[in-house]
Amino acid sequence: MKELKVTPIKDGTVIDHITPGNAVKVLRILKIPESTTSVVSVAINVIGKKGKKDIVKIENRELDPKELDKIALIAPKATINIIRDYEVVKKHKVELPDEVIGIAKCSNPTCISNAREPVQSRFQVICKDPPRIRCYYCEREPEDIADRII
Amino acid sequence: MNFKKRDVISIKDFSREEIEYILKYAKKMVPYATGEKHTDILKEKILASLFFEPSTRTRLSFESAMHRLGGRIIGFADPSGTSQKKGESLADTIRMADSYSDVIVIRHPQEGAARLAAEFAEAPVLNAGDGAGQHPTQCLLDLFTIFMEKKKIKGNNIVLLGDLKYGRTVHSLAYALALFKADLTFVSPETLKMPKEVINECREFGVEPNSTSNLEKAIKEADVLYVTRIQRERFPDAEEYNRVVGTYKVDNNLLKQAKQDLIVMHPLPRVVEIDPEVDSTPHAVYFKQAFNGVPVRMALLSLILGGKKL
Repeated sequence: MKELKVTPIKDGTVIDHITPGNAVKVLRILKIPESTTSVVSVAINVIGKKGKKDIVKIENRELDPKELDKIALIAPKATINIIRDYEVVKKHKVELPDEVIGIAKCSNPTCISNAREPVQSRFQVICKDPPRIRCYYCEREPEDIADRII
Repeated sequence: MNFKKRDVISIKDFSREEIEYILKYAKKMVPYATGEKHTDILKEKILASLFFEPSTRTRLSFESAMHRLGGRIIGFADPSGTSQKKGESLADTIRMADSYSDVIVIRHPQEGAARLAAEFAEAPVLNAGDGAGQHPTQCLLDLFTIFMEKKKIKGNNIVLLGDLKYGRTVHSLAYALALFKADLTFVSPETLKMPKEVINECREFGVEPNSTSNLEKAIKEADVLYVTRIQRERFPDAEEYNRVVGTYKVDNNLLKQAKQDLIVMHPLPRVVEIDPEVDSTPHAVYFKQAFNGVPVRMALLSLILGGKKL
């Protein structure tokens, strides 16, 4: 009999195919546990058909587009499954847009986007997998994107 | 090719063809820049010169360029007398300057400031240096100097020497020289090597730069030696600065090993990296290079403001 390591959820979101080891970063950018009282399950280094992966299951929560962009920045191969009444009603891969606005902070402390100016941070996506972004203002590339996500 | 009302924030905003066009137009500007010929093609145009940090050479050459074209200048060279001192945002200062002028030249200590200014201004914005970021008109005048002295850019062996890690000018220049497919050699102390991303950009244009710390060897094959100052102000650590300052010195003894027609360039100011004895040799072109800022900036201002063709 197949053993289920993580139990199914009734309603919510399953983030599958997260780059192994990145599940904790996903939790951090979704501000879990602070932003939810729901049950959250995390599986790290699960053996899948294409090798190891991480999985995050969040009950009673669907992600907004900004959150999906954040996930794409650190787990470009992630799949989002929307679950309603134990059924997968929608399944799609995350996809980074060509530009990400207001979701990451420039790593350059003297970048004008970190000053008190009426602008949001803005990055051009120069590579989608592995994700590489370049600040629109100072043209620097942050080395560890996950640490820069707001 | 359309330059009218364009912002000039980074050298990467231009294609190779556009750069070539600017260089050729700048050549036409030389007799006007020296005062030998006169023009007023930018009569009635106002340049706002916003210098949030000191840069005498860049500011004076922009102002000279505007005067030589018959235009006028407003602005400041010291932000302590402006509303920035009262806490005004850069965006608001730009909105204000925008309503008073036809073109804005900005020098600012923070990277990306010119890009932000361009977002808030209707008038075209020219970046006169933003912190350790971009200084596109410096890059253009460097290219113009090589073009004028060597008649071409491609095919020259160009040695970039000094602080290649923190040196703003050499990053943009390496990119632009690679765009022209020049041969590049980077000479620096081990701790001040050219950043990987700049080397990767060169590779994208099919140029594989050589990196070495041996100046004596590199200079033998060089057609252009571009020297930079090791900038104390860019070092996070004073000890690191003390370890590398004075590592390289260009003097007549070193130049004995160079080709006769080698040109020595420097964005200035220099401190100890070029001995003053080099000034009187035919190798020294750094003062001519500083003058070249005027025709290059004249060409840009004229193209951007749509001045009548000369």
